[in-house]
Amino acid sequence: MNYETWVLPALLGWPLAGAALLYLAPASRSKVLALAVSLIEFGISVPLWWRFVPAGGMQFAVDWAWIPYWGIRFHLALDGISLFMVLLTTFLVPLSVLGSWTYITKRERGFYALLLVLTTGMLGVFLSLDLFLFYVMWEVMLIPMYFIIGIWGGDNRIYAAIKFFLYTFLGSLLMLVAILGLYLHAAKSTGVYSFDYDSLLRYNMNLGPAAFWFFAAFFLAFAIKVPMFPLHTWLPDAHVEAPTAGSVILAGVLLKMGTYGFLRFALPFFPGVALSPVVQSVVVTLSVIGIIYGGLVAMVQPDFKKLVAYSSVAHLGFVMLGIWALTLQSVQGALLVMINHGISTGALFFLAGMLYERRHTRLLDAFGGLARVVPFLAAALTIVSLSSVGLPGTNGFVGEFLILIGAFKTYPVAAVIATAGVIVAAMYLLPALQKIIYTPLTKPENQKLRDLSARELIVLAPLLAAIIWIGVYPRPFLSRMEPAAQHLIETVRLQAPAALR
Amino acid sequence: MSLDLSTYADLMRALSPESALTVGTLLVLMLVAWRHRTLTDLRLAGWATLVSLGVTAALVWWLWWNRTSVEGIAQMIAVDDFRFVTDWIFLGAAALTVLFSFRYLEREQLLAPEYYPLLLFAVLGMMFMGGGEDLMVIFLGLELMSISVYVLAGFNRKSPRAAEAALKYFLLGAFASAFLLYGIALMYGATGTTNLSFIGVQVQSLGLGHMPLFLIGVGLLLVGFGFKVAAVPFHMWAPDVYDGAPTPVTGFMATGVKAAAFAALFRVVIESLGGAGGWPVIIAGLAVATMVGGNLIALAQRSVKRMLAYSSVAHAGYLLVAVVSGGPGSAAFIFYLVAYGITTIAAFALLAAKGKGGESDVRIDDLSGLSTSRPWLAFALTVSMLSLLGFPGTAGFMGKWYILIGAVATGHTTLAIILVLTSVASAGYYLPVVMAMYMKPATHAEAHAGMVFDRIGRVTLAVAVAAMLWFGVAPGRLFELSRTSGASLRAAPAMADEPTPASTTETTSAR
Repeated sequence: MNYETWVLPALLGWPLAGAALLYLAPASRSKVLALAVSLIEFGISVPLWWRFVPAGGMQFAVDWAWIPYWGIRFHLALDGISLFMVLLTTFLVPLSVLGSWTYITKRERGFYALLLVLTTGMLGVFLSLDLFLFYVMWEVMLIPMYFIIGIWGGDNRIYAAIKFFLYTFLGSLLMLVAILGLYLHAAKSTGVYSFDYDSLLRYNMNLGPAAFWFFAAFFLAFAIKVPMFPLHTWLPDAHVEAPTAGSVILAGVLLKMGTYGFLRFALPFFPGVALSPVVQSVVVTLSVIGIIYGGLVAMVQPDFKKLVAYSSVAHLGFVMLGIWALTLQSVQGALLVMINHGISTGALFFLAGMLYERRHTRLLDAFGGLARVVPFLAAALTIVSLSSVGLPGTNGFVGEFLILIGAFKTYPVAAVIATAGVIVAAMYLLPALQKIIYTPLTKPENQKLRDLSARELIVLAPLLAAIIWIGVYPRPFLSRMEPAAQHLIETVRLQAPAALR
Repeated sequence: MSLDLSTYADLMRALSPESALTVGTLLVLMLVAWRHRTLTDLRLAGWATLVSLGVTAALVWWLWWNRTSVEGIAQMIAVDDFRFVTDWIFLGAAALTVLFSFRYLEREQLLAPEYYPLLLFAVLGMMFMGGGEDLMVIFLGLELMSISVYVLAGFNRKSPRAAEAALKYFLLGAFASAFLLYGIALMYGATGTTNLSFIGVQVQSLGLGHMPLFLIGVGLLLVGFGFKVAAVPFHMWAPDVYDGAPTPVTGFMATGVKAAAFAALFRVVIESLGGAGGWPVIIAGLAVATMVGGNLIALAQRSVKRMLAYSSVAHAGYLLVAVVSGGPGSAAFIFYLVAYGITTIAAFALLAAKGKGGESDVRIDDLSGLSTSRPWLAFALTVSMLSLLGFPGTAGFMGKWYILIGAVATGHTTLAIILVLTSVASAGYYLPVVMAMYMKPATHAEAHAGMVFDRIGRVTLAVAVAAMLWFGVAPGRLFELSRTSGASLRAAPAMADEPTPASTTETTSAR
């Protein structure tokens, strides 16, 4: 057995086994065990970075029969797009476990078990190359997240949990009908009953008018998840109410499932519809609205977590713009922002959690002058905020810059407006930063806070390192995603005119 | 083994499961007549019932294993996989009900062992409904089943609610039977036969597709069935009756009785109607009304039992979508019944364990905090709710998926979309149960102290939950069984002017 053949099934199976393990061990050991399991999971995934061949297309594939009755297969593989999503996930999960160390105090075992099950679901979404399997994974990850928000969340957790569930469920069920339609449509003309990604992809030219409806269903499912502008209302509730680890995973990974869905399914399957003038203008307009609107709303939030939540809407607007612009730079930029957002926003949520644990409030006005009291925490918060704003030298700059250059070729006006979004980002994050750490230290509650513990430093250090690494030397990332991005653009661009006819 | 039903020997072979069950029922009845005083007697009757059900299932298995079929057209009783598999479903539903009834009857002081023979008689009726090849056989089966269930619904004599439920069920049920019988009479008038296959032949050769007499007959027949499956707008009785009946009986009614009516409906529409009589439009309308109505009213319920009652109305709507899809739908129906049956009976059993003295008063909020005091029961109820919701990883999802694929394949995309949208709505009443159990604290420390299962109940529940998860992950074998049994229904000859949708046959081979 060489690494190439077992790594993907192991990545999916190990967290599930780990969750079962948690129930065999005493409850007091849960978090240690969960940390070990998630670190091993990360360890399993790390060699992917070197073993991955950028020009090699889909790799590490396993393809087993699951329900032969309908041609449903257990088909996993990984390319330059999913590689980073997988690594991001396995990277964030151990940090989330560590970040929940003192935050989660009740029913620890259940929490960590759900976190591990969630890991399997998320990785499954990024690795599935069978549409049925993809759908199942897409749904399965809902339940653990629903419980994480609903049991360990804030005061308004039940409302947030059900809202999160219903939004996603609505989108995904319509997507299920579209997947079915696609499958039957393809089967009718080719005689092959299969949910396999490649065989459905090969068929995508002959859909006719049905393509629009299929696209619409996929679009809805993914746009809710991203979330795109008018569909984003579940996000602030879910992000704010979720416990720290939940917010980190939500922002870091779950939102990327939407943009990943566009890259992997919606665009290559329906290039003609996706690049038709109407759809283009709608998507680009909504993305730009998302960038500006998200920023403006973030500006007036008194609650730090809510501010970060709305900033996600803006960042993901950049990603959508980059994807739809469909130039090499913009797609690479979009992929990079997906990674960056996972790292920076993840770090912001960790910091928000740490502040909350110290002061039991997230209101910006409750803080002030923390730089004197907790210098390390303040420094970390500064670096992370600057990365989120997109300061050159941090990861945020590289991604957004690539998107804007790339998008300028296709949508000059939208790119110019989006550039203003970068300024808006500075306008909401820097004042927040100022309020928390730089204003005079007037409140007595703030004068005796403790600085970062060793554990918290361990949580933040890898994130800070990644921020600087990608900011200074993004080449290893870009070179690994370039062939996949190039391939995507070619498939879509080449087929779009043919499908439009 | 091929049977010639004109010979007694072969007829007896074909009827061996029903005969065995009749004998078994009579034996249990005698047993009950002699010994009906103590708890031990009650338990003995329960075990004897399980033995009868087991023997019958084994005989069905024997017929199935030998690939029994019949030469030519069957006169009275069908000998096909559809009958065998639906028989197993009825027997299984009854067995689960018995297993969950042991403790319930003792706790509620319903020390009347007649319960068990009544259950057996009902199953016998169901078997005739699922296997009847003649409208008269179906009708007799329906009556046998209904009358037994009327009594079961009012079994708790001390409860005025149960009495009301039984009376309501009886009066409305009698009406429905009359409709059905009148429909049968008109169809007989139009075609000169009550045999399902002959009706199909007659309709095609005489061109009766638009004959008023025939159409009215079909309409009345559908009203009768619509009542039995509790389709909106014939569902009015269901919530009250489900609410008033003893909880295990409610589970049995929501699965077995409904399954039998659907099985007969499938046989009638596929074997004798084909594309004639405009039934697909009527059923599609009923399906939409039932899905929308059932789900919306369920959203407003606070009592768990009533919520489950309306949820079962909604599920009848999903099954009606399968009926509209015809051929592929009959396979989906089998799978769905297994998934839904296990789930529903388990859910009602959990409710029965929670409640005391008429569970109708268990509100959703009364389940608050169950996960901390009874984690495994909370887990079981969560899996049941997710399976009812049709969530991936559970049997309910595979069932819904099968119905959806049949509907989309036969071009009923609108129905499929309504099905998924109403499923989203159903999350609005299944999830609060989960929410109460996991996300709200218990009202007081002893809130769930009384919620206990006996050992039989625990094991049965564990098996049921395992089955829900197993069929959600590895449904392959059950799919295969559903497909062969669904395909074993002999389709009516195609109409000259109204061809059966070509896709019907196409998707049967679609795999």
